[in-house]
Formats: sequence, structure tokens, C-alpha cells
Amino acid sequence: MPKEASLSQLVNKYFYTHQFPTMWCPGCGCGTVAMAMVRAIDRLELDFDKVIHVAGIGCAPVAHWYTTFTALQTAHGRALASATGIKLANPELTVVVTLGDGDCAAIGGNHLIHACRRNIDLTAIVYNNFNYGMTGGQVGPTTPLEAITSTAPYGNLEPPFDLCKLAEAAGATYVARGTVYYIRELISLIEQGIKHKGFSFIDVFTPCPTSFGRRNKQGTPGQMFKAQKDLTVPIKKAKGLSPDELQGKWPRGVLVEKEAPEFTEEYEKLIARVQKRSS
Amino acid sequence: MSCRVALEASHAVAEAVRMADVDVIAAYPITPQTHIPERLAEMVADGELSAAYIPVESEHSALSACLGAVAVGARTFTTTAGQGLELMHEVVYVASSMRYPMVMVIANRALSAPLSVWGDHSDVMSVRDTGWIQVFAQNNQEAFDLVLWGFRVAEDSRVLTPVMVNLDGFTLSHVTEAVILPEQEVVNSFLPPFHYPFVLNPDKPATHGAFAAPDIYTETKISQEVALRKSKDILLQGWQEFGDMFGRHYRPVEIYRVEGAKTLLLTMGSFTETAKMVIDARRDRGELVGLVSLRLWRPFPFTEFRQAVKEADTLIVLDRSISFGGQGGPVCSEVRSALFSEPKRPVVVSFVGGLGGRDMAEEDFGYVLDRGREVAAKGSPELFETVGVRGEVSGIRDL
Ligand SMILES: Cc1ncc(C[n+]2csc(CCOP(=O)(O)OP(=O)(O)O)c2C)c(N)n1
Ligand code: SF4
Repeated sequence: MPKEASLSQLVNKYFYTHQFPTMWCPGCGCGTVAMAMVRAIDRLELDFDKVIHVAGIGCAPVAHWYTTFTALQTAHGRALASATGIKLANPELTVVVTLGDGDCAAIGGNHLIHACRRNIDLTAIVYNNFNYGMTGGQVGPTTPLEAITSTAPYGNLEPPFDLCKLAEAAGATYVARGTVYYIRELISLIEQGIKHKGFSFIDVFTPCPTSFGRRNKQGTPGQMFKAQKDLTVPIKKAKGLSPDELQGKWPRGVLVEKEAPEFTEEYEKLIARVQKRSS
Repeated sequence: MSCRVALEASHAVAEAVRMADVDVIAAYPITPQTHIPERLAEMVADGELSAAYIPVESEHSALSACLGAVAVGARTFTTTAGQGLELMHEVVYVASSMRYPMVMVIANRALSAPLSVWGDHSDVMSVRDTGWIQVFAQNNQEAFDLVLWGFRVAEDSRVLTPVMVNLDGFTLSHVTEAVILPEQEVVNSFLPPFHYPFVLNPDKPATHGAFAAPDIYTETKISQEVALRKSKDILLQGWQEFGDMFGRHYRPVEIYRVEGAKTLLLTMGSFTETAKMVIDARRDRGELVGLVSLRLWRPFPFTEFRQAVKEADTLIVLDRSISFGGQGGPVCSEVRSALFSEPKRPVVVSFVGGLGGRDMAEEDFGYVLDRGREVAAKGSPELFETVGVRGEVSGIRDL
């Protein structure tokens, strides 16, 4: 196995270091997820000029301010729609999409289900910090029941989405859940997601100590990282647990991996078929 | 007893919404509006305000939820900024066309791209023609007052049109000033309970917002236009009564030190207070300059505006947004055409400044006054100039 690039090699190759320090708060998990994405891309030895990084709006999506990939930042919630346009116009490109959980499932939820349904070859990485971090920690569709946010000061009443189940039900052919705590696993989940032909959806639990952790008394950022050990169980183990034992735990790892016709390929086939008929 | 407290404009708005005893609030967070819904969510959770707070999943849903609430007779509030108002756009038209009274506060913000969370007026200018009553606050007290007034006039059975209160993002929304909060009883007597005359009621079936074929669409739109124009008298009456009760008086066009002024500067929103300082300094130096600010933007106060500027030789208009490929600032084009049919009218000079939160300091207002008079003296200027822009583009006028 070839030797992995060192951390400093990765940073120098994939980040605009003159932009450091990043705007992320100390202890935020966003940088860890961005680093995992970069490591995965590096392992895959992708042609740098054929990778496009698409991002919405929020703390997570600012990852593209620092990475050296060609990037498109769109409106809040619209990243998957723009990524769909990029991929259809040039299917040769590897399109990696960075989303916040609100970006992905609240304001942009509609685009998510349709990207899954089409099974278009994009890789969506959702930095799931359970609230709208950038705007100061409001309640969103991933906020756990009873969690405190700036717009739910006595606890959230609305049941959250299980984003992975949502993506699976909508037709995504690769669905995984990772955490910043299990970083090696996260890197390989992203790597497999990018390799997978079809829509890949990776839900990444990542701490937002500033907006979410403080309000919910989750301790230091270090404690928030560690808490992901108890919050998640590997999917293999989860399969052997009863619903009661699974209560409050999220399965982790590759949850869905299957083959299905990919949208841009089907599109090409349709063009070929119709052109053949008319010629 | 009324009390005087230090409040940021966002919290002053929340206090006004609380005192107006609103029934339904639906909002999606966006900088620089966030402190308004956050404070309101807290008030609802703490029982200080008996209302439903709906943490919707986007602005499009926020205003849609408000439509539903008004349709069943609820006093309703929402708030947004910049991109949020853009995403709402479709429903902004629906709210006014259905004649649904409500109040929406905009913490004015620039529009993407490039992404900017800072203030300018691009957001509100993009909804200029949506049929809402639109006003601008210049300070925190006005933000409070205009929200109360907004409910009062919007809900008047002769108006039944939503009101948009604009306050500049950050320079007002996040700034703390002294605000006088009135007694609840006084507010109650100014703002009676809301009785929407066309409440959806299963016992008297009706449909709101149905399909209109070409044989009726024009008539519906014109009746809306007539109603909006006619609303002006009631808006003024509302301000009159507000002044009688609270001692603060508002006019559709505010004037400052205009006696004998040969040159007038026109501003909107929070720029007005900085401009006042500059006008004072210039007056002290003996210059005949004065200030006009548009408080009421829609319906446009033609009579009051023409009256305010008729004695001036030069009118310098400072816009905080651009109408790309047009005459420059949208306010300036509006003002120019409002004056076109006047037998005696000032030369109008257009400036754009303060885009995306760029500071407009006293010196910049001074520059606008000096440069504006210089351009006016040279003849009839057609294009606009952008204050303080770097690079070749600074003199668009000279291109
Ligand atoms: C149309 C629109 N509405 C609201 C906003 C304001 N806004 C910016 S980021 C954000 C939410 C961020 O939350 P999330 O997507 O979960 O990402 P995070 O910041 O937590 O990484 C919001 C509401 C916006 N930019 N555009
Ligand atoms: S607000 Fe939360 S998500 Fe945003 S940078 Fe800070 S810690 Fe990270």
C-alpha cells in the first residue's frame, strides 16, 4: 500500500493556508470533516482539475473558502440543485457537495429527496451539528427532541429527521453515517462514497460547541467529540440489538450500498437511442 | 407609566410585537434579522406573549404559514432579510394580492453574489412593486413605533394590506439606543383587537386566491392598485393618531433644515441620521443645504414629495442599491420621474453608496453634497456615481 501523505503535505496541497485561521470556532468539528474529505480525495488520487466542490451556505459550507478545489458556492439550500446542473453538463467531473444539516434538510430538503430519487452520481457530505450553527443556533429539522436552541429555549418539540433513513427511502444508493470521533472510519466512508456510482449520502455527526454544545451543557469540545462514542453504534452491532437497546443510538458505517441505474448514464443512453432512431 | 429602556432595534421590534399581542409568528433565521425571532421565541416560551411561534424550514414557508394564519383571523408577524426576502418573493405578491394584513420587518441586507450579510437596500428594492405598504425606520424608536402603527393601518378595513417595516441591517438591527416603551393600555387603545372581515369559515364557504381568467384578472389587479393608493389617507390618519397618543409624529416625507435650501439631499433609513449631522455642520458654515428623507416608499407620496423639493435647485439622491443597466439608483429613477411633469423642478443628481455594508461616514456625505452640486452646475446629469468605489469604474458618469 502506498504511503499516505502527511498531514502537512495534505494541508499544503489542498488548503489556502494564507486564509488561516479559519472562521470556525475553536473546537468546531467542521475542520475535521473538511480534512477527512481532503484525505479521502487524496487517497483516490483524483485528477485535481476534475473535482468540483459545491457548497451551500452555513458554517459547514465555508469549507470551500479554504480548499483549493474549483468551487461553486450557491444560495442557502441550493447546492444539490447546482451540483446536478454541473454533473449533467459534464459527467466526467467528480462532484463533491458540502452541506449543513439545515442547508440539506430544511431549506434545501426538496433538492435532497430529488437528488436521491434520480440517483445522480454526486457525493453529498452533510456536516450534521443538530442546529443552524452559522445564524446562532436555531432549531432545525435535525435538532433532537427536547434539545435547547435559541428558538426553542425550553426544548425542541419537533421530532428530528433520521437523515440516512430519509436518503435511503428517497432512493440514494450509498448511505453512510460517520462521526468526527471515528476519523479513520469517516475518511473511508467518504472515500467509498466518492467511488460509488450513483447518489452517495454521508451524514457526519460533528460538534458545534458554540451554538449547540453550550446551550445543551455538553461540556468541552473534547467531551463533545468523545460523546459520539456513546451516541453511535457500528451498523453490524446495531443489527444485533433490539429496538430498546438501540434507543437513543445511531447506527454508524455504511448503511446502504446497492447498484441502480445512474442518472447521467441513463441520460446518455437515452440520447444515443433517440439519435440512432432518427438517423 | 411608559418607560425608557436601552434596547437594540431588533429587541425593540420584538417588544412592539409583544405589545401588539400578536397571535402567530412564523420565521426562518437569517443574519442580521436573527435577534428578532430569537427574542420572540423566548417571549412565547416564557409566556410573556401568548402566541404560536412556528420555526418553519424556510422563508417561503414562513410567509406561507402567515397567509394561513391571517386567513383564519390571526394577528400575524414575520421577519426576514436579504436572501430570505428573495426566497419569499413569490408569496410576497400573494400576501398583498389576497389583501392579508400583517406586518413583516426587514433587517435590510445586500444580495448574493458575492455573499454578503451586511446592509444595503437591494432586498427591499426587489419587492418594490409587490403591493405592500413599505416604510423605513431611521432609529430604534421608529422601529418600535412603525411596527405598532403597521398593525393598526394594515388591519384597517379600508386598507387590508400588509405592511413592511424596513430597518437597516446591523447599523440599526444590532445597535442599542434608548427606546420609550408605552403602557400596555395606551397601546390597546391605539390598536384595537384584529377582526379580519373575510375569515375562512366552514359555515360560510368561500375560497381565497382562486384562479382568475383574463376577463377578471385586470379588474382584480386594478382594484388592488386603487386600494393601495387610497390607503395613503388612512396611513396619514394613523400617524396623526399615533402622534396624538404617543407624542411622536411621523410624515411620509420627513424634512430637516430645508428653509431656504438651494440643495437638498435625499436619504432613506439610518443614513438619515448621519446626514443630519453633516447638514448641521454645513448650515453652520452658511451653506444653504437641507435634507429630505422618504419614510413612506409605497404607496409613493407624490404630493408630499413634490411639495418638499419644489423650492430647491438641486436634489441629490443617495441610493443603497443599483438598478443594473438602468438609471443607477432605483429611488433616484422614481424620484426623477415623479418630478418630470413639474413646471419647476430641481436638477436631480444620483449617487449610490453603502453597498453591502460599506460605511458611509460624515466625510462621504460631505463629498456627495459637494460633488452633487458640482455635477448639477455642469448641466443635466444622466448617470450615477458610486461613492468611494475603487478602480476604473469610479466615474461611471464619465464613461
Ligand atoms: C434564503 C436564506 N435564508 C436564510 C439564510 C441564513 N442562513 C445562513 S446559514 C443558515 C443555517 C445554517 O445552518 P446549517 O445549514 O445547519 O449549517 P451550519 O451553519 O450549522 O453548518 C441560515 C439560516 C440564508 N443565507 N439564505
Ligand atoms: S457556530 Fe458551531 S458550527 Fe459554526 S463554526 Fe462555531 S462551532 Fe462550528
